[in-house]
Amino acid sequence: MKPVNQKAWLMILPVVLCVAFSAILPLMTVVNYSVQDIISPERRVFVGTEWFKQVMRDDDLQGALLRQITFSAAVLLCEIPLGIGLALSMPAKGWKSSAVLVLVAISLLIPWNVVGTIWQIFGRADIGLLGAGLTGLGFDYDYTGNSTHAWLTVLVMDIWHWTPLVALLCYAGLRAIPDAYYQAASIDGATKFAVFRYIQLPKMRGVLMIAVLLRFMDSFMIYTEPFVLTGGGPGNATTFLSQYLTQKAVGQFDLGPAAAFSLIYFLIILLLCFILYNWMQRIGTVREGEEVSHG
Amino acid sequence: MDDRRFRKRTLLLVAYLIFAVLPVYWMVNMSFKTNQEITAAFSLWPHHFTWENYRTIFTDESWYSGYINSLMYVAINMAISLVVALPAAYAFSRYSFLGDKHVFFWLLTNRMTPPAVFLLPFFQLYTTLGLMDTHIAVALAHLLFNVPLAVWILEGFMSGIPREIDETAYIDGYSFPRFFLTIFVPLIKAGIGVAAFFCFMFSWVELLMARTLTSVNAKPIVAVMTRTVSAAGMDWGTLAAAGVLTIVPGAIVIWFVRNYIAKGFAMGRV
Repeated sequence: MKPVNQKAWLMILPVVLCVAFSAILPLMTVVNYSVQDIISPERRVFVGTEWFKQVMRDDDLQGALLRQITFSAAVLLCEIPLGIGLALSMPAKGWKSSAVLVLVAISLLIPWNVVGTIWQIFGRADIGLLGAGLTGLGFDYDYTGNSTHAWLTVLVMDIWHWTPLVALLCYAGLRAIPDAYYQAASIDGATKFAVFRYIQLPKMRGVLMIAVLLRFMDSFMIYTEPFVLTGGGPGNATTFLSQYLTQKAVGQFDLGPAAAFSLIYFLIILLLCFILYNWMQRIGTVREGEEVSHG
Repeated sequence: MDDRRFRKRTLLLVAYLIFAVLPVYWMVNMSFKTNQEITAAFSLWPHHFTWENYRTIFTDESWYSGYINSLMYVAINMAISLVVALPAAYAFSRYSFLGDKHVFFWLLTNRMTPPAVFLLPFFQLYTTLGLMDTHIAVALAHLLFNVPLAVWILEGFMSGIPREIDETAYIDGYSFPRFFLTIFVPLIKAGIGVAAFFCFMFSWVELLMARTLTSVNAKPIVAVMTRTVSAAGMDWGTLAAAGVLTIVPGAIVIWFVRNYIAKGFAMGRV
């Protein structure tokens, strides 16, 4: 157990101040907007929960929320296993590991609007490698016209962009496992799967938790990349929550409803993250408990 | 059996690397073409090889100052993030105190605010404080998502260091600052490197806040790049060249921290 020391607050104070500086006032301002009808900067009317009710009944929003949840679920289901698989396949030592690390990390370092632009060209059937390749193989690929293709292109782009984050974190987690664990496992005659399930996966819990939460939050707020790639279309096939919100806030100058919307949005992310966070902590402790009782 | 499994894994890795590199190759390929060649026809490599796009960026001040601005606020952000996150991560990893878990989760919630509507209050806040269009404004705004992550990563590394080390140092008569700087920080060097990499990455690629808080003097490269969309159509070649150049600083940073990542970290009790 950690000793109780209330003075530790002094050590976290700088962090709290730094974050609160940019967090609290803007959040309060948004709360303020969300309960007012802002007709002009001088004329504002208090409307209470009116906007919240309106937003909750908005069919377009529910559609966007559903698309968003589907997309984030797809992102997690593809990127987490692929990231773990990659981490397991990456060389452990030598120049090869350095080269692979740098190559894998490249996509993370490209600004998000550039990512969208690259894929916009990359997917075009006339001048892009992906588009031309798929057309050459006989697919009628067109991400600007076909909504399924557009959705899949956004997903593949996200996998390309962010799987490295999962892979790097898992790789680091794997490298921290002492050799003694593997030696013990081979003496016991453990299968590869058993090694993965009972040694590697539990040891990756901490880094996987960061990876899953980061990927969940960021994919739930994805904006720049699909905006540049498809503009949310065709129709609204790739209009995810962030973009719908921006259309409301910037496009229609409806600050009140947009603010109410972003608060609800924030609460949804918060709730889902809270559930994920607690669930992952719980399975971790249960598993540790199992190990203790087996050992 | 083992051999086949090994080959399967290598195959996965190679396939992924090809998938990872192809879009980047396409950007590099475009950056050496003229706009005319890019839009005219499909070609796997530049037939009319040109350095013109890169020359534009290195000679036009509005282009290269974008890189300098970005590097400046990213560096300020990294420095502040690490300096404030180190003691906080130590507190979280070593002590329990009133509301510790809540504060930790509250920090994380700051990564979850959807930017669209928050941009306007951000703009108002920084205008009121007279910080608009300065590097420090972007650096401060980016603290919002980088500090929580830095605390989280560093806390994981610190929890892996046994508490006996602290206690021995105190018995030996070290004061806290001296112990922290001369013994503890070198022990978690790898953690600092990894946290710095993540701060660099997220601050470097962020567009919305950086664009909202700057106009001329601190305009970041990501915002300069949106300029290539003009009435005359897209300036694809310059955009691609600028994109290639945005990878360079990050690639240098990852090169420096690669050994820390390869050494491994499990986050928390191992």
